[in-house]
Amino acid sequence: MNLVEAFRWIADPGNWGGTSGIAARIVEHLWVTFLSLLAAAAVALPVGVLIGHTGRGAGVIGAFTGAFRAIPTLGLLTLFGLLLGIGLAAPMLALVILAIPSLLAGAYSGIHSVDPTIAGAARAIGMSPAQVITRVELPLALPVLIGGIRAATLQIVATATLAAYTADYGLGRYLFAGLKTRDYPQMIGGAIIVIALALILELLLAAVQRTIDQRVTRPSTREKLGSRHG
Amino acid sequence: MIEFDAVSKIYPGGSEAVREFSLRVPSHRTVVLVGSSGSGKTTLLRMVNRMVDPTAGRVLIDGEDIQSRDPVQLRRSIGYVLQQGGLLPHRTIADNIATVPILNGMPRKQALAEVPALMARVGLDPGFARRYPGQLSGGQQQRVGVARALASDPNILLMDEPFGAVDPIVRRELQDELLRLQAELGKTILFVTHDIDEAFRLGDEIVVLKEKGLVAQRGTPQQILAAPADEFVRDFVGVGRAERQLVLEEVDGRTLAVDGDGRPVGILRA
Amino acid sequence: MNWLSQNWERLGELLLNHVALSIPAIVISVLVAVPIGRLAFRKPILGGPVLGAASLLYAVPALPLLVVIPALAGLSPRSPWVMVIALSLYGIALLVRTSADAFAAVDRTVREGALAVGHSPASVFWRVDLPLALPVLIPGIRVVTVSTISLVTIGALIGVSSLGSLLTDGFQRGIVASVITGVVATVALALAFDGLLLLAGRVLTPWRRWSHEPRGGIPVDR
Repeated sequence: MNLVEAFRWIADPGNWGGTSGIAARIVEHLWVTFLSLLAAAAVALPVGVLIGHTGRGAGVIGAFTGAFRAIPTLGLLTLFGLLLGIGLAAPMLALVILAIPSLLAGAYSGIHSVDPTIAGAARAIGMSPAQVITRVELPLALPVLIGGIRAATLQIVATATLAAYTADYGLGRYLFAGLKTRDYPQMIGGAIIVIALALILELLLAAVQRTIDQRVTRPSTREKLGSRHG
Repeated sequence: MIEFDAVSKIYPGGSEAVREFSLRVPSHRTVVLVGSSGSGKTTLLRMVNRMVDPTAGRVLIDGEDIQSRDPVQLRRSIGYVLQQGGLLPHRTIADNIATVPILNGMPRKQALAEVPALMARVGLDPGFARRYPGQLSGGQQQRVGVARALASDPNILLMDEPFGAVDPIVRRELQDELLRLQAELGKTILFVTHDIDEAFRLGDEIVVLKEKGLVAQRGTPQQILAAPADEFVRDFVGVGRAERQLVLEEVDGRTLAVDGDGRPVGILRA
Repeated sequence: MNWLSQNWERLGELLLNHVALSIPAIVISVLVAVPIGRLAFRKPILGGPVLGAASLLYAVPALPLLVVIPALAGLSPRSPWVMVIALSLYGIALLVRTSADAFAAVDRTVREGALAVGHSPASVFWRVDLPLALPVLIPGIRVVTVSTISLVTIGALIGVSSLGSLLTDGFQRGIVASVITGVVATVALALAFDGLLLLAGRVLTPWRRWSHEPRGGIPVDR
């Protein structure tokens, strides 16, 4: 049974240590995910917030995110791999580009969902445009915005696995190495570890999103809990 | 004192909201703009704090053209109360009330320290300070809105249908509260409503608007009720409505005022 | 262009393979997800866990899933069924929530009105619930279709032939034209199917032409 052997492969402490051990690969995978997310967020969040705030260019976001969904991730990875060579630059670029639509949509939808009368009132009592964004729209948009970050993170984790096809990096390496040498325990074991990593991140980010959602959209429940304690 | 000097507003796209409107709102008085939707009343109100800029004409505050003022600074110097309060749902009542003083640079601690007095002034239990707007009734939220507008002690209050979203009994309470406050504070109030009874209750002076800021009549409530300028004002004020047609009737030696449907509405004092 | 003229036949063959993998997956997704979504809407006690499971399933990365499915299902790793099963699972995960939302968006009074004038529960589903859920359902099906067609390419990594083979072959042999052809053909196929569904949606919901479109947000997904 391949599955049993896969778990045996995972359980073997000899596979965890060293520079190409499971532990090091997990760190690599998370690191590349984090860097790509950071770079994509630096581009997408300000743009999404600005479009949500001004309402200008909303149609572009719809068309943009829709068209992006059709682009095969493997296509971007292989194309950049050919053009930029075998290294980390090609997959990183692909990961950043693929994460942008979710982040953009999250930031835009979050700001867009804020009741315009609330933002209008904030302006009317004398908040500057920057204050309306940072003190009113962003806090109220946070749950939806975090949803975009959650989607982008999982997209990156999944695509980073594929990225091992063009660069020797991350957990995907076990899958491709196993595939090539018909080492199925390694291949399936690697797959199980990636799935576990993705599910843990999903649950973690879902919990963060839930907590923030409660803080922002139903602050009253927090107040009730607070008054019970004090 | 607020002055509208022949202001017009044409929105991009060509729809005309206001045509050549002029008005003086004297200091320490309450002027009510009353009209139905499309009368341009809200546009006029929003010109005072530059939420809307006129396409022609000027708005002056104490003789100064506000076009030369920074809009953000201007808004912080004017109290603004709008329908349903326009409170920030994610901030506590205290934070909402202290918003403008903090924007004006007052230390947060000091601004929050003034909150209980402001709440008491508008008839709110200061115990609500740590609650969120969602936990308050519509009428209470409206009081918070008034407290927020008063927090930085502005000379001018703009009120945009502030009591439109609450039920009639609460609306009456809030109107009484506003009259009491105004007697105490003597602000310059520009008040917008579509409800003529509210205008009669609150206004020192009333401006009845037709469409596009066209003035049908201006005057005290007494003047408007006694001598409606035309058919439009007569209809709007409801001079012909049964409750405005009072006759006197003798009952057991007392004189009652009775409306057009024969329902008693009051007793004539000796 | 030269490369393309020499590989015209192969492109056609791979395109057919691609379609043959996509259509079953999309159809299975719809047939399974819509009833589950309706159940999730009607029985919120079941709905919570079902929707939670769907969002977890959707979080599973594609390539690892393709590797694990044969081990779980006892299939050969290169069987096209592995691909169809994996794509269906994603489609279902994506569409269950949309279906639940679609049925929740149907006006309760319309449904009660239909029951009140004598529709049986079954005919309420076919004649009222389902048609009125279409305006939300069809955009969901369009998203599933486009992402399924895009995702099929990954099968090439485990040896399932599709337009994705142009990507892997092109990369291995250093032919940029092959990769670009693969990307363009996949996108074109996805947009063609998307356009067909858009048209189908217009035909199936003629009443919508006379009502205001709701101010739609943009779905946040992967």
